[in-house]
Amino acid sequence: MNFPKELKYTKTHEWIRFEDDNTAYIGITDYAQDQLGDLVFANLPEEGDELTAGEAFADVESVKAVSDVLSPVSGTVSEVNEELADEPQKMNEAPYDAWFVKAAEITETEDLMTAEEYEAFIAEGR
Amino acid sequence: MEGKKTPLYEEHVKCGGKMVEFGGYILPVQYQTGVIKEHMAVRTACGLFDVSHMGEILVQGPDATANLNHLLTNDYTVMKDGKARYSPMCYEDGGTVDDLIVYKVRDNDYFVVVNAANKDKDFAWMTGHRFGNVSMNDVSDRYGQIALQGPKAEEVLKKLAKEEDIPKGYYSAVFEGKVGDIPCIISRTGYTGEDGFEFYLNAEDAPAMWNLLLEAGKDEGLIPCGLGARDTLRLEASMPLYGHELSAEISPAAAGLGHFVKTAKQEFIGKDAIIAAGEPARRRVGLKVTGKGIIREHQEVMIGDRLVGMTTSGTHCPYLGYPVAMAMLDADIPAEGAQVEAVVRGRRVAAETVKLPFYHR
Repeated sequence: MNFPKELKYTKTHEWIRFEDDNTAYIGITDYAQDQLGDLVFANLPEEGDELTAGEAFADVESVKAVSDVLSPVSGTVSEVNEELADEPQKMNEAPYDAWFVKAAEITETEDLMTAEEYEAFIAEGR
Repeated sequence: MEGKKTPLYEEHVKCGGKMVEFGGYILPVQYQTGVIKEHMAVRTACGLFDVSHMGEILVQGPDATANLNHLLTNDYTVMKDGKARYSPMCYEDGGTVDDLIVYKVRDNDYFVVVNAANKDKDFAWMTGHRFGNVSMNDVSDRYGQIALQGPKAEEVLKKLAKEEDIPKGYYSAVFEGKVGDIPCIISRTGYTGEDGFEFYLNAEDAPAMWNLLLEAGKDEGLIPCGLGARDTLRLEASMPLYGHELSAEISPAAAGLGHFVKTAKQEFIGKDAIIAAGEPARRRVGLKVTGKGIIREHQEVMIGDRLVGMTTSGTHCPYLGYPVAMAMLDADIPAEGAQVEAVVRGRRVAAETVKLPFYHR
């Protein structure tokens, strides 16, 4: 399983890639997609929607079940990856390219883990 | 994990199965291939399933046929040896105890296959209504069951079984067949909407049979498939699942299974209630999602402000490439072309009623 060094991670298995202090891309991790199984739909927010740290901003559907995707930051949705609507399998195939939203005007950030910390966190089986 | 291990438990672990509890058994929900690939293998080539959790009950004796005709809504009076026949089993009030398959071995000698989660309930119900000279034996623990399903299933089986051991017609069986040198019942049945076979065999022979089939089917693309694909396949093929499309509250007629209820038969449990009830207030329909999202079970179905029913199952169909659901809707809603919305976690997802089955081979 792959955990790129340049990303930060949440305990709920999202990744975040900061462009600068106020903007970042958000998606789900390789571990998350593996646990969820084949993904077939992403219910995404709209541009301009507010993001609240620790709260759901999207959900993803596998053939089996639906799961919330939580935002690691508070801010505003400045861009939505509409490609996921047409090609949900991208979340399985390339989870770190398959960003959900670009967050802007970030005012608050959850506690995040480095790649090493996240890998250890998963290894503990949590 | 709670639950009984099937005779194939170790094989699933070796194959990388993701194990879950289902119907009192520990079974793989999928292997590393994933539900979509497993589903597609069965539609385009073939797949192998462990269905050892299913229950087997022997009904034998001079009054066996009479007992089945009393217990079940279908008619077993005229039936050839080696044939299989599906039937709902009803309560006095017309609700459904279970749905099952009866194989006729010979006169007054039947092999009955029931759902895993209902097995104890079914056996108690059947023995509780037994009359005359008949024996009923729950032999579930003695049997393993393996399903080989898909358009290439016969090609694979031909490598391992003699021509005369391969049942020719759908819903027929050879009771003293052999796959390799393993004795088994070979039945041409399944729960996927494809051609295929189900093998009933001694539990201790199941691992050898599993590996024999996997090896023989390599060139045909045979892969092991889990419960996830079993569910998406049966849903795409619009087959009812007890606890979803059938239940103590849902009669066979409401589930669209009226042709398995032979009201011309002299008597059977539930007959009077079924006749008195007339046309059901709600009936099973198919929904094709036209909006964005996936409809699951137990979601409200609306037309404007009117609640017209509830969904019973739903998923994304890998082969069809779009999400579908089955629902119990008020009988006045057209079964084709009605525009409805399902309430999915507070959000409305548009769908239209479509003719069942969604998929037909």
